Amino acid sequence: MTVFISRRELLKRAGLAGAVAAVAPAFAAGDEAAGAQTTAAAVGPAARDPIANLTAAESDILEAIAARLIPTDANGPGASEARAVHYIDRALGGALASSRPTYQAGLNALDQYARSTRGRPFAALSAAEQDGVLIDVESGTATGFPGGSAEFFNLVRTHTIQGTFCDPFYGGNANFVGWDMIGYPGVRTIVTPDEQRLGADVPSNHKSAYDYDMFTK
Amino acid sequence: MPIRLKEADVVIVGLGAAGGVAALPLAQAGLDVVGLEAGTWLTKRDFAPDELRNNFRGWPQSVQKTNHEIPTHRPDASSPMSPRVAIHPMMNAVGGTTLHYWAQSWRLNPWDFKVVSETTRRYGAARIPKGSTVEDWPFGIEELEPYYDKVEYEIGVSGAAGNVGGNIDRRGNIFEGARRRGYPMPPLRGSGFTDLMAAAGRTLGWHPFPGPAAINSQRYQNRSVCMYHGYCNRGGCHVDAKSSTAVTTIPKAQATGRLKVVTRAHVTSLDVNEGNARVSGVSYVTDGAEYFQPAKVVLLASYTYENVRLLLLSKSRPFPRGLSNNHGQVGRHYFSHAQTAGITALFPWNTNSWYGLPAQGVAIDDWADDNFDHASVEFIGGGNLWVYSDRRPIVAAGMTTFGKTTKSWGSEWKAFVSQNADRTNTSYLQKTTLPYEDNYLDLDPEVRDPLGFPVCRITADYKDNERKLAAFIQNKMEQWYRTAGAVAIEHGPLGSMGPTTHAYGGTRMGDNPETNVVDRWGLSHEASNLGVLGASVMGTSGARNPTLTAQALAWRTAEHLARNFDAIANRRA
Ligand SMILES: Cc1cc2nc3c(=O)[nH]c(=O)nc-3n(C[C@H](O)[C@H](O)[C@H](O)COP(=O)(O)OP(=O)(O)OC[C@H]3O[C@@H](n4cnc5c(N)ncnc54)[C@H](O)[C@@H]3O)c2cc1C
Repeated sequence: MTVFISRRELLKRAGLAGAVAAVAPAFAAGDEAAGAQTTAAAVGPAARDPIANLTAAESDILEAIAARLIPTDANGPGASEARAVHYIDRALGGALASSRPTYQAGLNALDQYARSTRGRPFAALSAAEQDGVLIDVESGTATGFPGGSAEFFNLVRTHTIQGTFCDPFYGGNANFVGWDMIGYPGVRTIVTPDEQRLGADVPSNHKSAYDYDMFTK
Repeated sequence: MPIRLKEADVVIVGLGAAGGVAALPLAQAGLDVVGLEAGTWLTKRDFAPDELRNNFRGWPQSVQKTNHEIPTHRPDASSPMSPRVAIHPMMNAVGGTTLHYWAQSWRLNPWDFKVVSETTRRYGAARIPKGSTVEDWPFGIEELEPYYDKVEYEIGVSGAAGNVGGNIDRRGNIFEGARRRGYPMPPLRGSGFTDLMAAAGRTLGWHPFPGPAAINSQRYQNRSVCMYHGYCNRGGCHVDAKSSTAVTTIPKAQATGRLKVVTRAHVTSLDVNEGNARVSGVSYVTDGAEYFQPAKVVLLASYTYENVRLLLLSKSRPFPRGLSNNHGQVGRHYFSHAQTAGITALFPWNTNSWYGLPAQGVAIDDWADDNFDHASVEFIGGGNLWVYSDRRPIVAAGMTTFGKTTKSWGSEWKAFVSQNADRTNTSYLQKTTLPYEDNYLDLDPEVRDPLGFPVCRITADYKDNERKLAAFIQNKMEQWYRTAGAVAIEHGPLGSMGPTTHAYGGTRMGDNPETNVVDRWGLSHEASNLGVLGASVMGTSGARNPTLTAQALAWRTAEHLARNFDAIANRRA
């Protein structure tokens, strides 16, 4: 018995998955190991991030949607600067893979709906026209969405928020613009009583969880 | 053919909150204990402060068993199934859900043990809600007190005592039952905001106090003090300050040399010796290989849904409807805590709640249990009001706008959220929930897990008592927030009774085998060398989290087993 269990321990350490492990979804955590900053640094101030899972056309539509959901405005940067779409694109190859078909169908339907009701592709519409389309999609009255347009809207809104406010490790919240927008002062591993006072001025440290090497990525 | 292993004295199925505690007194008594755990070990390196992973993605790096067998739900037997939830946050790992739970570590109040007799005495038997199958526990809180004490000191709990030997201390919960001594550690500190809420509670004439937490407020047993870093909610502790069984009772039991921990062991059935109707051991699967682990005694500690499911799946000639189910009680008297129907408040100033933890907070017990006169209300029981310091960015950005913006996106929304993300607070209101005749667990006739076994099916809905109580408690909470200066309030819905982290009953404990699965010691009425651990044995919920009570009961069952091992292991059916 002892011998047997240690053999299984060995198999486990060698990463061999059997029946029980094989039923786990293939969460591609490794895919997400490259942080946003690394990518950004590698490509410099390029117009856009390399796309991994969306098509270029899908990415354009999604960028335009995200820019209306969390706009760049007088109050500062929004989803575009946070690279929320970069987050979604990467996650569609990993943790959000099951949403990939919904994005394909939904983005296509949204663009078709923009063309048929406003005469132009979504990305080419004015901000006010885009908002009009999104209001229809949100309320469920836009047509052509396989699972209903409101469901698609909620999915995109949820993921745009994730991409804007997540840990930058996942490819969004670039340069911590999301955390700065809402005043989250960054990941700390020790917090003092003074930092929990009412009225305390806790400076933003612009740190991701994985800037601390005490954690396994 | 499964591989047959060497017989153990005791096999524990699941090394979580309950099983992880039971292992210690058994191992200390010199018994050979095998702990079969579906998950693996996780360490503090695995516990990154990562909101996306912890709070949205169901812990992708650990073994995913719970998430592949999420119970289905329908409100009643004639309704269609509710939409299936995507994630169930119970953990599969050594230490179970104590790795990433909030670690509020409550004792029940005395009333919770005597709901039927005390309600009858004070208000008359007619006040027990129609259709409820609630019973008094087979004993009062005095019987459990030594075990509460034992567990508080073994794992390490921080808190302020409110009643030591009958002496009431207003720094703690004045409504708690008498305890033999104070907590091993002082309470966690308050935050600026929770201190302000405590002061507001006092101006109302209520009795605020810091809640008990299985988290170190001081260095304890060589483990670190809490860092208040803000990722404790569904996150493991990066400094081992959370008193998970993975860093307390399980390693202590291993140190005796008597506990063998087997990870990735997915138990599929409890097996019966058909000759004498006693449990002979358990079958499990690891990496595709099948094993049979014989045992003199089996303790089932795999959380309520899996406890019930494994019993119902384990059919044999002596137990044709499932193990220990000849009285048809497995799955009955199920209820889940009404943790929903919270209150969210908006303040006109920042609360500075970006850090802290859900166990760092202030409680009000004045409206819990029978701590107030119920003559003029139309329900029994009550709720505990809990305000705490806990906020992370994705959830903060998803905040309600209290009807103050036209849309939940766009510039107006963005301006509101950037100003108010740190100005809200959501309370945690745990409310008495009762068992009812038509709320139960069984096996789903259609939905199966990846091994092909049916998942658990919940048939349950809140009733009048829970609805009236929820509205009452929400109003009390609104009053408290308004007193502290809240300018807007939102009442959350009670919702439905789908899969939950506070699932009770299904293998209820009681003296009467006609209405209970296990006896007063937690041992099966029908198969006497089988014990069940966890909140599935509890017959009432009280108004507070279950785990410390489940752990005290687990210690008590294990100690009873150790003291009477020969009799229990060799008893004839
Ligand atoms: C986010 C969160 C916060 C919570 N906060 C609190 C709190 O503040 N206070 C409180 O009192 N409670 C809290 N709870 C509830 C608490 O976690 C549970 O009450 C407690 O963990 C239940 O104990 P258990 O031993 O029954 O189950 P668990 O602790 O979940 O342990 C069960 C173990 O059994 C294993 N297992 C399951 N099936 C099998 C099988 N077939 N074969 C082998 N092993 C198996 C699992 O992998 C697991 O390790 C919280 C829960 C969650 C999810």
